[in-house]
Amino acid sequence: MKKKIRGIISSIGVPRLLIGLFLIALFVIAPFVDVRVDTSINDVIARFGMNAVLVLSLVPMIKSGCGLNFGLQLGVIAGLIGAVTSLELKLTGFAGFFAAIGIAIFFAIIFGWLYGLLLNRVKGDEMVVATYVGFSSVSFMSIMWLILPYKSPDMVWAYGGSGLRTTISTEGYWFHVLNDFLKIELGTHITIPTGTLLFFGLLTFIIWAFFRTKSGTAMEAVGSNPEYARSCGINVDRVRIVSVIMSTIFAAIGIIVYEQSFGFIQLYNAPLLMSFPAIAALLLGGASVTKVKIWNVVVGTLLFQGILTMTPSVINNIIKSDMSETIRIIISNGMIIYALTRRMKVRS
Amino acid sequence: MSEGYLLKMESISKDFYENQVLQDVNLNVKAGEIVGLVGENGAGKSTLMNILFGEETIHETGGYRGTIMFDGKERNFSTSFDALEAGIGMVHQEFVLIPGFTAVENIMLNREITKDNFVAEVFGDRMNTLDWEAMRKRTNKAIETLEINLNPNMLVKDMPVGHRQFTEIAREIDRESTKLLILDEPTAVLAESEAEIVLKVIKKLSQKGIAILFITHRLQEILDICDNIVVLRDGKIQKELKPKETSAKEIAEYMVGRELSEQVSGDKKARKFKETVLKVEDLWVDMPGEQVNGVSFEVKKGEIFGIGGLTGQGKLGIANGIMGLYPSEGTVLFNGKELELNNPKNALKNGLAFVSEDRRGLGLLLDQPLSWNVAFTVMQVKEQFIQKHLGGLIKWRDDRAIAELTREYIDKLDIKCVSEKQFVRELSGGNQQKVCLAKAFAQNPELLFVSEPTRGIDVGAKRLVLDTLRQYNEEYGVTIVISSSELEELRAISDRIAIVNEGQIAGILPPSAKPANFGLLMLGKSELEEGA
Repeated sequence: MKKKIRGIISSIGVPRLLIGLFLIALFVIAPFVDVRVDTSINDVIARFGMNAVLVLSLVPMIKSGCGLNFGLQLGVIAGLIGAVTSLELKLTGFAGFFAAIGIAIFFAIIFGWLYGLLLNRVKGDEMVVATYVGFSSVSFMSIMWLILPYKSPDMVWAYGGSGLRTTISTEGYWFHVLNDFLKIELGTHITIPTGTLLFFGLLTFIIWAFFRTKSGTAMEAVGSNPEYARSCGINVDRVRIVSVIMSTIFAAIGIIVYEQSFGFIQLYNAPLLMSFPAIAALLLGGASVTKVKIWNVVVGTLLFQGILTMTPSVINNIIKSDMSETIRIIISNGMIIYALTRRMKVRS
Repeated sequence: MSEGYLLKMESISKDFYENQVLQDVNLNVKAGEIVGLVGENGAGKSTLMNILFGEETIHETGGYRGTIMFDGKERNFSTSFDALEAGIGMVHQEFVLIPGFTAVENIMLNREITKDNFVAEVFGDRMNTLDWEAMRKRTNKAIETLEINLNPNMLVKDMPVGHRQFTEIAREIDRESTKLLILDEPTAVLAESEAEIVLKVIKKLSQKGIAILFITHRLQEILDICDNIVVLRDGKIQKELKPKETSAKEIAEYMVGRELSEQVSGDKKARKFKETVLKVEDLWVDMPGEQVNGVSFEVKKGEIFGIGGLTGQGKLGIANGIMGLYPSEGTVLFNGKELELNNPKNALKNGLAFVSEDRRGLGLLLDQPLSWNVAFTVMQVKEQFIQKHLGGLIKWRDDRAIAELTREYIDKLDIKCVSEKQFVRELSGGNQQKVCLAKAFAQNPELLFVSEPTRGIDVGAKRLVLDTLRQYNEEYGVTIVISSSELEELRAISDRIAIVNEGQIAGILPPSAKPANFGLLMLGKSELEEGA
């Protein structure tokens, strides 16, 4: 019996078990501190839809052995360029949304290719280098957002008439195009963003299918043992670049999905810390630096966003002060540290 | 009793992860005696010395069995410091010196002579000032005993190799308590004249009453200076000899083993082959530690061609070079067509397959299931086990066919595992090797390179692997080129054996040739110089 319980715990994983129990506890406490459970569920689902694609974007790079993509911001920037360009072109609805994605993919391929070349030169230290790539690209783009010749009055500063604003609304363009697509309303407080979830499902299927192909299998082999892959005649460097491009493209799409749901395009320093929550969510879902499965993405995002949604409302109502940010930081950075130390254990 | 003996090692046994490397070894050394220790690579010489010197790796891997009596007391050194304290010194094969320090600093390291000063009064002995004068004197004394010309103030990194070796020896003899000195191939990197000095020094030390354990591959040195010669093979003492009553040839014979010769030639008929399938001309391979310097040979269709030689001489480089894994130059004709070098995919596509010596590093995907390991190469190179969709645009992995193939090989090769889904990391060494073989067989190769197929696996699995290879060769007519450090196994399976020395083929012999001839080729002597 004891063995059985231990087996179940280890198959779920201690971190998931603790966070899961914590989350359930929050839901149980919620009604007693005047927090509505149905709105909470609604929020969790909405935030899951917003963030899931960003988390999914980490998968290809982990599979190819490039580690956690701490340079996720690079893909986010490609997505932002796509989004503001689509707004500049005054495209609305699905046309605007897909135009944004199309343009974003174009830039993501270029960025990803250069990023991949760089990562191939620093094998073994990908994650450290990626962190700096992410940070420095955000700073560089902070300059570019001011200089780039965008003209749309909806986006530039009202005074001066040049340079993009820090926050740009997608309202009137493609706000909630996915969220409202085939949306289901359960009662007055729960709305299921069917379109967003379907879109995430589609992207997940693409990733899953890719890793069943010959090239996908090769990518996973490169991640498992590059020397083995090389001896089988696989061009390891090229496979790694492809994986980095894929991750960058998915991150670009991810941020556009996020914006259509959130309603705002946030420029300048907003993407700076984008990579940490996504990575923490995936690790919480049970992935490690070298191993990842699709269900890690779903479980991780649900748990992580669940905690983020519930702590501000429930905990703040209990202790009457704002703890949400503190808890978010403890969980996300704690998860990253946990995963990195676990990798070292395996190696030695 | 241990009277008269400085060192008495009794029935020492050691295994690394179920792999027996030493078995009931007894070794006795008297004060002032020089004992030569010889054996092939992997015979257990270094392990034996590491046990004696208390290297930590021995304890980390489960310790050893048997007793060591040194200087009249039973010892079990758990660290090298204990061994040093007891009076055992060791000169390592690779230099253990600090390159940025001078000879004096290296020799006196951690035994510095110090003077008091007022800071030390307050903070303790560790704050004492170094007494350079005295240290230099001590060093010069040690160098003088060696009767060599060595500048004590020269940085080690600026020294020629010979002088580095002298520095190491000087460090060991400077310890006044040293009673036994272990020398692990001290002459391997030296020129002949330098080696002579080392030998002279060794003799001198022994006259002072220091016992010497001397490991070398140069048989002549052993014959020249040792009082006693111990031959190790496969972790057992093969023979103890006196230099006056033996010859290099006899030592070589004991090193590579003689009983097996009859057994091998008895149960195998000489086979005849006509067609040449692989022709290698002037192949150079830049593989670190296994450099190949221009080899030429031919392999006939259907034969098993063995490549032997000591470690580091280049026998492994040949297969790795032809398979495109290390930069290489030269001409390789396969079935009469020139094979493009430095291109692994091309080699695989042309029907060559390779079972690597670096099983865990290069041969397997340890964190993937068996099925992937078996089918991956075939899938990538030959596009088998793939379902095509949308007119070949999407190439999907056919998991069912892969599982079937893997189960087939699990049965055929008797791989012990839970199922084809089990991760390869969890299998034993022997079973991992079988997975490597399955991976190669699945490619249906015309020619199969096998490197060190039995390294690190237990005796039973060894047999099985070799039998499988031979059976595969006989049933399907697949040509096999096998490289191995174990001459016995080459002789048991091959039709012809090439011995590689210093990156070149020293000679090709039939397996029925005398063991001593193989031994001499390995040591770089051709048969003609036998008497020397």
